[in-house]
Amino acid sequence: MRPTAYWASVPPIWRAWLPVMAAAAVWLVAWRSTRPVSEWLSYTVLGLQRGSHVGEAVAFFLYDVPKILLLLGGMIFVVTVIRSFFSPERTRQLLGGKRQGVGNVLAASLGVVTPFCSCSAVPLFIGFVETGIPLGVTFSFLIATPMVNEVALAMLLGLFGWRIAGLYLGLGLAIAVVAGFIIGRVPRVERGVEDFVWEIQMGAPQVEDHKPSWEQRFAQARHSTREIVGKVWPFVVVGIAIGALIHGFVPTDALAGVLGADAWWSVPAGVLIGIPMYSNAAGVIPVVHALTEKGAALGTVLAFMMSVVALSLPEMIILRRVLKPPLIATFIAVVAAGILVVGFIFNAVI
Amino acid sequence: MQIKVLGSGCVNCKKLEVATREVVAEMGFDASVEKVESYPEIMKYGVMSTPALVIDEKVVSSGRVPSKAELTTILVNAQLSSETGTATL
Repeated sequence: MRPTAYWASVPPIWRAWLPVMAAAAVWLVAWRSTRPVSEWLSYTVLGLQRGSHVGEAVAFFLYDVPKILLLLGGMIFVVTVIRSFFSPERTRQLLGGKRQGVGNVLAASLGVVTPFCSCSAVPLFIGFVETGIPLGVTFSFLIATPMVNEVALAMLLGLFGWRIAGLYLGLGLAIAVVAGFIIGRVPRVERGVEDFVWEIQMGAPQVEDHKPSWEQRFAQARHSTREIVGKVWPFVVVGIAIGALIHGFVPTDALAGVLGADAWWSVPAGVLIGIPMYSNAAGVIPVVHALTEKGAALGTVLAFMMSVVALSLPEMIILRRVLKPPLIATFIAVVAAGILVVGFIFNAVI
Repeated sequence: MQIKVLGSGCVNCKKLEVATREVVAEMGFDASVEKVESYPEIMKYGVMSTPALVIDEKVVSSGRVPSKAELTTILVNAQLSSETGTATL
């Protein structure tokens, strides 16, 4: 039998899973070899001195870039496959009829796994409120989606380890739940929504809920992985390059005075600076990671990072289409306060 | 065939509009392509993720930009069903 004919006779479920398992094996080998390959390249091929500033910076860069890109690729693939089991329409169904409290927790969790792009924030917002999902619950969703995303988690996992990544996940969700709950409790909060939203007559969803095959799920995941990694890799490379320079050249503890845990004001300063800044987590995390090595407190840098990711100017401009300025201001203030608390707790505990 | 691209002007919405126009031109379909940007108008189709593609008032895809090959399949199918639809009338 010819190979192509044989492949066509393989059951579809195996045809879908075999390439993925093969790719996972290749991924693992590549993952295990990042350290030896980077050291061989820097110290043997380039002939740099171990322990020298340049040697350290180059080895750091050559180790981190492939490691982070591998993690990003793997994480995006897995998350996209998980997301193929969810849709905004389904999430809306699950949230319908849920009250504050339970609704906030569910909305924040679904915010992580529902496929969503910030460009769809407005139709999603209208779709949610039109079905009677409370505003606060809707906000929990809208806060969780950008904050807890696969790119941020992959970067944290790669650079800070699973403990910090887990803490970030938990605290990000907590902020989304609590901030949404508080916004929902603001008196007459509905008035903060643009009037046209309440007048919209929404049609019934038409796209039927067809169940994709594993092959389609994997194809979609491959597509997203290529697209997202293709978009963020320059940020990763530049971020890690800056991080490598800091790693190699800035003396240890140089920043302890300005960004250390004792400098309490650096937390609010970090949050404030982070609001107008917009970058994806891919560019910010390598830099803040290098800063923590030089004495910056973890709570301070995490607060800065959360502020950059969760409170971005472009998203506010999109939300302005449906929210009046006072509600936008409330939204920013409540989320910023949540991030502040997280920053202080982190600095106090760790 | 009446084609509408629903979306507020985000990058992907523009991509979908361009791709749709290209496929229509390449296949020589007799179709009008219209971009719908007003939210009340978009929401009438029950769509929560943009960009969405509507053919003859029916939503055929939402929340993603189908590949050109897929777009071609979608449009050819719509064309066929609209032809058989008129034939039975």
